[in-house]
Amino acid sequence: MTREYHQRLPRTWWLRRATYFQFMVRELTSLAVLAYAALIVWALLATGNGKSPAGFFDFLRSPLSVWLHGSVLMLALFHTGTWIALTPKVLVLWRGDEQIEPDVIAGANGILFLALSGVVWWMVMG
Amino acid sequence: MPDQVLEVFRFLPDGDEEPHFDRYDVNYRDNWVVLDALNHIKEQQDPTLSFRWSCRMGVCGSCGMMVNGEAKLTCETFVRDYDTDTIKIEPLTHFPVIRDLVINMDDFMEKLPRVSPWLVREEESDLDQGEYRQTPGQVAQYKRFSMCINCMLCYSACPVYGLDSTFIGPAALALAERYNLDSRDEGHGQRTDVVTAHEGIWECTYVGACTEVCPKDVDPAGAIQMLKLSYALDWAKSFVMPKGSDS
Repeated sequence: MTREYHQRLPRTWWLRRATYFQFMVRELTSLAVLAYAALIVWALLATGNGKSPAGFFDFLRSPLSVWLHGSVLMLALFHTGTWIALTPKVLVLWRGDEQIEPDVIAGANGILFLALSGVVWWMVMG
Repeated sequence: MPDQVLEVFRFLPDGDEEPHFDRYDVNYRDNWVVLDALNHIKEQQDPTLSFRWSCRMGVCGSCGMMVNGEAKLTCETFVRDYDTDTIKIEPLTHFPVIRDLVINMDDFMEKLPRVSPWLVREEESDLDQGEYRQTPGQVAQYKRFSMCINCMLCYSACPVYGLDSTFIGPAALALAERYNLDSRDEGHGQRTDVVTAHEGIWECTYVGACTEVCPKDVDPAGAIQMLKLSYALDWAKSFVMPKGSDS
């Protein structure tokens, strides 16, 4: 059998192309969503079963916590944006023989996201 | 005629332990594509250089190579569009190299028929009943995915395939969706096991580079996401309607 040369993907493959890098950033920002989920679990554990939440609230008021919340919010919004941008790939809708424009699908999902976020804001802050 | 230097990947299976690059000075004409430059090198400078090509018009899908690190059909990539000192020509990444710029495509050829990329009918109609007719709207549903020429540029751009070659890959899955969307086809259920296997659609992490490099605007990444939705709905329906959820 003829000898072949097998090409290997280098560990730095994700730096070779903007699309690869953007993919890695998108995936890594999901860790921010995970971090916030962990914070929510901590909040439940810290405030449940009649425990005093004072220590937890002290942490929430600390500059570190404010910085973390701000960072996580930015990263989570970026992550959400990438998924809204993806929706026209999954949701291909037709009006008769014409495909509905991808921007319309993404836009509708973006508006739905903002509306639902507004409802949550109203429920929490209202 | 202007000059350009082509730095070409060379690998001779009978002699080289490792590949190397050879440099060729080319006086090119303004209308030359990279494939013209390679043919010029082969005819005028080095007849041992090996590469695949056939139609020279972006239809056969034979002349895919890496041009300055980007998967391209060399028959539609103009030399004049590169203002770099050299143009680096390499075989499509992620595939074994047989010789120079010629890759071994056996893996793709084995995977392609697994998704049954043809019209599957539960019962074939008799010829005297005529053709299976479609409306323009039904054709529009799958047409963009039917433009695939099997050039494998998408496999070369896909890091998932590069990291795990068991992945069925963008072109084969796009063709599965092309037939699933065809109103004449009844093979959606038949393709389930292959498409939803671990090395099928769920291996795709939606990097999206396959769609970027596709010379025919097929959008394999989009096709795979549509397959995910379609087969996930099938799975959900199997709970709601345990009987008759195969459609």
